[in-house]
Amino acid sequence: MPVLPLREAIASHVHDGQSIALEGFTHLIPFAAAHEIVRQGRRGLHLIRMTPDLIYDQLIGMGCAERLTFSWGGNPGVGSLHRLRDAVERQWPHPLALSEFTHAEMAVAYQAGASGLPCGLVGQHDTTDLSRVAAVGVKTIHCPFSGVALAAVPAIRPDLTVLHAQQIDAAGNVLIRGIVGAAKEAALAARRVLVTVEEQVDELSADTNALVLPSFVITAASIVPGGAHPSYAQGYYARDNAFYLAWDEISRDRATFTAWMERHVLGVRDHAALLRLLGVAA
Amino acid sequence: MSAQVYSRDEIMTVTAARQLRNGALCFVGIGLPSAACNLARLTHAPDLVLIYESGTVGTRPVVLPLSIGDGELAETATCVVPLPEIFAHYLQGGRVDVGFLGAAQIDRFGNLNTTVIGDYAHPRVRLPGAGGAPEIATYAREVLIVMKQSPRSFVARLDFRTSCGYLEGSGARERSGCPGAGPRAVITDFGVLRPHPRTRELELAALYPGVSVDAARAATGWPLAVADGLEQLPAPAPAELAVLRDLHARTESAHATPVHIKLPAAT
Repeated sequence: MPVLPLREAIASHVHDGQSIALEGFTHLIPFAAAHEIVRQGRRGLHLIRMTPDLIYDQLIGMGCAERLTFSWGGNPGVGSLHRLRDAVERQWPHPLALSEFTHAEMAVAYQAGASGLPCGLVGQHDTTDLSRVAAVGVKTIHCPFSGVALAAVPAIRPDLTVLHAQQIDAAGNVLIRGIVGAAKEAALAARRVLVTVEEQVDELSADTNALVLPSFVITAASIVPGGAHPSYAQGYYARDNAFYLAWDEISRDRATFTAWMERHVLGVRDHAALLRLLGVAA
Repeated sequence: MSAQVYSRDEIMTVTAARQLRNGALCFVGIGLPSAACNLARLTHAPDLVLIYESGTVGTRPVVLPLSIGDGELAETATCVVPLPEIFAHYLQGGRVDVGFLGAAQIDRFGNLNTTVIGDYAHPRVRLPGAGGAPEIATYAREVLIVMKQSPRSFVARLDFRTSCGYLEGSGARERSGCPGAGPRAVITDFGVLRPHPRTRELELAALYPGVSVDAARAATGWPLAVADGLEQLPAPAPAELAVLRDLHARTESAHATPVHIKLPAAT
């Protein structure tokens, strides 16, 4: 399991047209990796993520995505993701196809992918119009034992899952602490797994039932301190809530958004340079 | 006693908080529901158990989270579980007493739209989508809805039904097999709407001080019925307002605190 500079890791593992899940539920969102994908100009990606968050607002607005599989697309506690809305409502910068689920459905879809099963199951009560939207792709089946109606959700198997985590040890095992979301399921469902981490340590100080992704499920890793900002890494730095609030204004207008991305993402060498430009790191 | 000055947001939050009984297990949404749940926990319901969908169980945040997964929630939780478990074991498993929901549109039977305004394929407004709402609406033993009332949001017909209330009313929800009982109350900026016991149509059940039935009706997109024995809700108590304002002040100051990240010298 090689530890590579992020630029090299993205160049070797992210390709045009891939299905890619950059996961992390509010916490540990791999922003540095996403920015490197923008810098390298990847196109036609099928983006998968429960909560698109700012990270996919940026990828969508920069024209990297062709399809989005998701379950909740807002700026949490703030409002809309304006670039996602612009893509869906006005096809800017180009059309974006949607595959839409609920959180519970997406969770079992990742679990099914990780389990080598074709679909995951949740209860079915036929109460939502989502089941009537063709793009949603949930189908009703019946339990062979009880006859109870169940919603079958097609398994999600990303070509690549990208995660940010706190630590990697010398042997390449990766520790995730705090809110874990569906990170483990998304990693185990994927054909390849790329992680960025806050730091490398000799040995992880974790209980054996902590969330550790063993080195054999990791394809490549990069050491990127601050790699989740403006999301956060528990034990390292807090969520930059002021930035999430500020994003509402930055992203509302196409020109303002583009100028921000040109200066802060395309115009910097790496994530450390962005953090210094934002005044978040000295 | 001199009359306390309070905002519509404050009386909504206090009224929502008062709906929560001590000891209940509550699935919390972000924003006003989160403020209401924490206000209840800090006043009459110290043993309220709060679950946020990010997997934090029994959390006791000192400041309100901006997002559903701020570090504050994990640091003050009894335990943090993976997200698939929250939905499978806690919600679908039937452990949640109260779920809180909001929406862009609600209809007379408490069904909710958080998906699109306009046509699904060509929406005028693309809303965030389902998130955990359909499952909360289905599985929580009861649901509280918090929404500002206007003819644009309280509509005769939803553009899209994301989450269910009482479906078409009069026993439709029971026939669907939804385990939870459905919306118990809709807390608005005019007062409280509750479902009629038989038809399940939402009726005006209570008004805030100084709010008229006509004003509430004018803010509703269907002919709003008035329940027998329309109640007058009390104003927020000074103690409730003090706790709530303290909570918001702590929260604002925390959210404005700059984040500092220490980079290793080499980078």
